[in-house]
Amino acid sequence: MPTISEKILAKKAGLKCVEPGQIVEAEVDFVMLNDVTGLPAFEVYEKNFSTFQPLIDKIILIPDHYVPNKDVRSAEQARSMRNFASRHHINNYFEVGRGGVCHQVMIESGFVAPGRLIVGADSHTCSYGALGAFSTGIGSTEAACAMASGKLWFRVPETQKIVVEGKPKQYVMGKDIILNVIGDLGVSGSLYKTMEWYGSTINSLPLADRITISNMAIEAGAKAGIIPPDDTVFKFLKGRVRGNYTPVYSDKDAEYADVFEYDSSEMEVTVAEPFLPENAKPASEVDVTIDQAYLGSCTNGRIEDMRAAAQILKGRKVHQNVRMIVVPASTEVQRRMVEEGLMEIFIKAGAYVAGPTCGACLGGYMGVLADGEVCVSTTNRNFVGRMGHKNSRVYLANPYVVASSAITGRITDPNDLR
Amino acid sequence: MKLTGRVWKFGDNVDTDQIIPAVYLTTGDPRELGRHAFEFARPDFVKKIKRGDIIVAGKNFGSGSSREHAPRALMGAGVSCVIAKSFARIFFRNSVNIGLPLIEASIECEEGDVLVVDLSKGTIKNKRTGEVIGFQNFPEFLMQLMKKGLVNYTKEHLKRRK
Ligand code: SF4
Repeated sequence: MPTISEKILAKKAGLKCVEPGQIVEAEVDFVMLNDVTGLPAFEVYEKNFSTFQPLIDKIILIPDHYVPNKDVRSAEQARSMRNFASRHHINNYFEVGRGGVCHQVMIESGFVAPGRLIVGADSHTCSYGALGAFSTGIGSTEAACAMASGKLWFRVPETQKIVVEGKPKQYVMGKDIILNVIGDLGVSGSLYKTMEWYGSTINSLPLADRITISNMAIEAGAKAGIIPPDDTVFKFLKGRVRGNYTPVYSDKDAEYADVFEYDSSEMEVTVAEPFLPENAKPASEVDVTIDQAYLGSCTNGRIEDMRAAAQILKGRKVHQNVRMIVVPASTEVQRRMVEEGLMEIFIKAGAYVAGPTCGACLGGYMGVLADGEVCVSTTNRNFVGRMGHKNSRVYLANPYVVASSAITGRITDPNDLR
Repeated sequence: MKLTGRVWKFGDNVDTDQIIPAVYLTTGDPRELGRHAFEFARPDFVKKIKRGDIIVAGKNFGSGSSREHAPRALMGAGVSCVIAKSFARIFFRNSVNIGLPLIEASIECEEGDVLVVDLSKGTIKNKRTGEVIGFQNFPEFLMQLMKKGLVNYTKEHLKRRK
């Protein structure tokens, strides 16, 4: 009996049922592109499809990686997106100052909803699974093709069922849950598969934490990371979602490739050591001096993450040897930070607060690391050279840990903060 | 189709940040990207690569970012195909769509060995050892796509619709 992925793909392919391994051509609801993956896609489009009108209602263009333009080349890259949008009258273009990191904007702006099939030319497009959508990352050439035809080929994935029960300890967030699971399954443990999440822990998690979990499904190699939608999701979507949607759930007797069970009450506040997200370890066991603390990205740059870090930083100071860099994931998050007084807490603590961008998450700008430097970061990847010099080191962690470490100058479990 | 080339060996989990560092993501041009392939991870790669060379890697090749710049950079640098135990899925899609041949196989070889890959027969021969191994080709739809490219496939589809 079908899983969520199988049901969504079957419906969008106009088939009664599909099986894992089958290749289908399915109609997508939306195609998202950012400034980096956009440029090659626009080139492919203009070269090959210029006689066809793009499906403008399906296209969403969000510059975020190298905007505000970091140099002349990125300025030209960003302009190619702006030009493409205006040439083809694409309304869903989110200019600097009215957007932010693509995945956050997609969710905030109501494009994401249960049962939808969404592709994005960015690997963390899997984030939208937190709202019950089947969403996955694609490349630029296929994004161009999907803009023209509205269709793409998919290999129907096997599904892994991941059940997380129990009440998490203090300061354990969605980030710690996903780091522990990736630590267990490994960075290719879910290759080509969908992770479907269940259990009392997942049900009680706020949407922000669920998005963190779905966001990092790709870090286990997964194609999608889907959480069955519930009231938390429906409430969030009220007054926000564009169009109608129909939630999709797996059948009771759905067939899973594997079932994994975890007890979140046993999980510690966790960091992933360089150079793979699977190198999960309790934060309290890591004794490392840091140069930078980075709070932001599509993984943990939401208002809930800002609140968590601000709760730790309030009335405290960032260590003299540390730069703390705070990058809200969207203009909306930034606006709320101002409203709630979080901006003031960060600035008084001695942190640098930037506007929304991908920034240093991918080693772009706004906090790139020098040779040998160490950063504790709320982002999702700690690959060699990901945030700068190839000899720099990135430790992945939740916002509490990043804020606590910023204060002490060493990687710190917030439970150990005096 | 037969491909002959020297082996460049890599381990598990070669990510797209290694294949093409993010600082070069301001162009989509394969040749220009190819000049920076593995620039930080293996600086000798672009200096010594010869057109037709073959990458042989472990598990999860091409993990990480969705950047199509990665297979474009490899093609631009002259890589004729990549043989790995497994591929990360977006890298896999991108390569199929733009026509960089991928082979899922586990083979014994050393850096610099010369391999002869027969894509239609599904065999890889190591010229040094004489060993020949077979591999399973991808489903017909993907093999066609790899040959034709997704752009041409989509064009045909659109013309039919018109
Ligand atoms: S914030 Fe980081 S992970 Fe998220 S889209 Fe931007 S570069 Fe990618």
